[in-house]
Amino acid sequence: MTTVPTTPVEGHDASVVSLVGVSVAYGSNVVLTDVALEFRPGEITALLGANGAGKSTLIKALSGANSRYSGEISIGGDVVHLSSPVQARHLGISAVHQKVADGIVPGLSVAENLTLDDLAQASRHPLRNKRAATADARAALATLGLDWSDSVLAQDAADLAISDAQLLVLARALRSTPRLLILDEPTSALTAAEAERLFDVLRSLRASGLSIIYVSHRFGEIEALADRVVVLRDGIVQSESARPFEWHEILHDMLGRATDLAHDRGSSHHGTTVIARLDGIRLFPESAPVDLDIKAGEVLGILGLIGAGKTEIAELLGGLATPLAGSLTLSGAPYAPKRPGDAIKAGVVLVPEDRQRQGILPGWSVLRNITLPFLAESSVAGLVRRRFERSRADTVIDTLSVVASGPDASIDDLSGGNQQKVVVGRWLSARPKLALLDEPFRGVDIAARREIGARLSAIAAEGAAAVVLSSDVDEIFEVADRIVVLVSGQIELDRYADEVDRSTVIGAFLGQRHEPPDAAALATPPAAATPPAAAIPPAAATPAPSAPESDSRKDLE
Amino acid sequence: MTSPTVTPGAVATRSSVGERAAAFVVKWGFVAVTVALILFFVITEPSFRTVDNIFGMLKFIAPTAIAGLGVMLAMTVGGIDLSVGANAGFAVSIAAWTMVIGNQVGGVAVSVVLVCGVLIGALNAFLIVVARIPDLLATLTTMFVIVGLKLIIVDGKSISSQMTLSNGTTAPGKFTADFLWLDRGSIGPVPVPVIIFVVITVLLWFLLERTRWGRALFAVGTNSEAARLSGIRVQWYRTVAYMGCGLLASIAGLLLAARIGQGDVSAGNSLLLDAVAVALVGVSVLGIGRPNAWGTALGAVLIAVMVTGFTMLGLPYYAQDFGKGIVLLVALLFSFTFSRRRTVVTAGSTTSAS
Repeated sequence: MTTVPTTPVEGHDASVVSLVGVSVAYGSNVVLTDVALEFRPGEITALLGANGAGKSTLIKALSGANSRYSGEISIGGDVVHLSSPVQARHLGISAVHQKVADGIVPGLSVAENLTLDDLAQASRHPLRNKRAATADARAALATLGLDWSDSVLAQDAADLAISDAQLLVLARALRSTPRLLILDEPTSALTAAEAERLFDVLRSLRASGLSIIYVSHRFGEIEALADRVVVLRDGIVQSESARPFEWHEILHDMLGRATDLAHDRGSSHHGTTVIARLDGIRLFPESAPVDLDIKAGEVLGILGLIGAGKTEIAELLGGLATPLAGSLTLSGAPYAPKRPGDAIKAGVVLVPEDRQRQGILPGWSVLRNITLPFLAESSVAGLVRRRFERSRADTVIDTLSVVASGPDASIDDLSGGNQQKVVVGRWLSARPKLALLDEPFRGVDIAARREIGARLSAIAAEGAAAVVLSSDVDEIFEVADRIVVLVSGQIELDRYADEVDRSTVIGAFLGQRHEPPDAAALATPPAAATPPAAAIPPAAATPAPSAPESDSRKDLE
Repeated sequence: MTSPTVTPGAVATRSSVGERAAAFVVKWGFVAVTVALILFFVITEPSFRTVDNIFGMLKFIAPTAIAGLGVMLAMTVGGIDLSVGANAGFAVSIAAWTMVIGNQVGGVAVSVVLVCGVLIGALNAFLIVVARIPDLLATLTTMFVIVGLKLIIVDGKSISSQMTLSNGTTAPGKFTADFLWLDRGSIGPVPVPVIIFVVITVLLWFLLERTRWGRALFAVGTNSEAARLSGIRVQWYRTVAYMGCGLLASIAGLLLAARIGQGDVSAGNSLLLDAVAVALVGVSVLGIGRPNAWGTALGAVLIAVMVTGFTMLGLPYYAQDFGKGIVLLVALLFSFTFSRRRTVVTAGSTTSAS
């Protein structure tokens, strides 16, 4: 039986929410084991863990989104069974999920979005009263100290900037006056200044006695904000630590191995022959032309934030876009691919940024996923040669150590990291001259990242060129022989990895941070789903003096 | 996914047994239903098991099956074609018009009809690929346009041999024997429509399952963006799929015209729903979970068995619709509800893939 806790009379140390022996299993797969945690009022608890560590499972159980947990969750001392988000909210637990866009109903006004939960309440009057809704919306915003004008409240919520949308969702979560607020990567789509604004709000909420669970990969933010850190790994709570945080130990708890953290390569390979050349290429209409040589025998890492021009370079070479100005050369000859097929025929392959949307064919076997771009090669007179396909799929599975029951396994049954290995292996299987990988390590565990990195070095050693485009300094240092830093369509730095230190690269990378408005980030349409890991290195967002530089990685997978 | 409150081991065993049973039902349930239905009719109706009756059934269902194969082709690229019935009806009237009013031989009528069918498919492709209208809406529009155009061409009347024209004269031509052979002819004991049905099924199976073009069609339907990045000319494949669908619908229309022997303006009206149903049933057969030629053909056969059997049992014609509805419902339950596999059918996505 669930009871609404009514006694606010609690000692300061009494926990708001406590978990004892909470476990969650999906079928035979146990994803959360025997979690025991206490959340106290006026405390920000950072929840850390690699992908698949059980963070989202824990959040789902706590927010009522998954009622099939075992163990005890008590709120204010009373054991409850959380069966739905509505019930959890009623009992005082509110959650704000990572994808802000999912929390906004486009087409409804800002005020209507703020009061959205009322639609689900049977006790409310069935007729919607606009004026009352606006008043309720104002009251909700007041909890965050915001005062939006009537015209803002009346506008379509889809037109809000992403940071304002984030505040909207937060204000809505606070409407039910929760005792525990769960925030899942709230800054992933925010600029540094917007994140700062959010932190101020969170600090004042903490001061008012709210308990907050803060999920983030950004150590700088946690250092600046959290009162304690809880680390999950393989569904088990590895450690709880209070300030001051020992980051090396926390990382060790997270990843289970300390030595790998600062895994930089020794010496860099220097390529000699130029395979592809960008000549006076304009990446954006207003940016100055860029020249870049891509050489065989080395892994080039192009580092840049969203809107820096990384994807533009990949799309130009991959045949997805034509240059605004300037020309491309491949192996000394002019190169002007009109479509991806032209690029593939010329030996240029692109591993796209978004694996789910642009990479895999859901429901298809691993084998068919691998051979799709090379059907012409693997068929005679239109007839697909199955043996050829199978040998190619086996090669990919072997060289990248893909964990799958075999080439006929459905791609859906593979983990994210293994799916990514299949996609990368697909593109490398045809021995390309030039392989472009756009954010290849997103949502990929560290082991898969190592394997992909090793494969790239191998194809470079065999005389191909590999280009990794990323917004993560550590990823780039881990895989690249040569590092190019791209800022607003301009090359800020172009050096070999063994000739340059991390702080120089980070300095070049953050060059644009000195200019107040981040044009690229502001131009991000709010309706677009959370821009993929919007890459504010925490070092920039919030100075984290005690965090070593190698910890500035924003996303460990 | 079962309750985690049970111990994990018990959960695992129970769910895997349940899953295996479900997988078995999904895979074989449909075939079992067909066989059971056939057995039932064979036992209760002696006339059911004659060779004539078997070919008669197949001949009767051939136009539906062929139009259904067309819909199946559109479904491979993630679309659907609601204009197949209108297309077939158009073919019936145009074939009659060419022979009766235009006084042409059957071969000319067949050519004209096939060209019209491909053009209707091209119109669909244009609306979907170039004008970016969602497939469901585009083909619905085409359906209206084609039905209207047919009625304008034939003055809203059915065209029959020796009919009196509006100027008082008698129509110069008639349904020629070579055209009527399409329905009445046979090679050995096998009627021509059955041969056409089987040949088209085999061709489509071969194209879709054995060639790289078939693989590309499915890739476009599964994830058009990934297909595009793999160098596949997505728009081209979608265009070809709709044109192929138009061609198949017009072939279905030719068979109908030859069967009726006149340009009945209402011909083809009931074809659309049957064709879509047959293609959807095809998806679920053997738990394949995606559009396929043999499944579609089998779905058509099942409907033929049911309709024939019902007729022999003396059930009223409207019982057939009820029966078809139940068959489709069961098929969809197999595809979407009980199947653990992802069903790759986006028949009529409401947004256009750009």
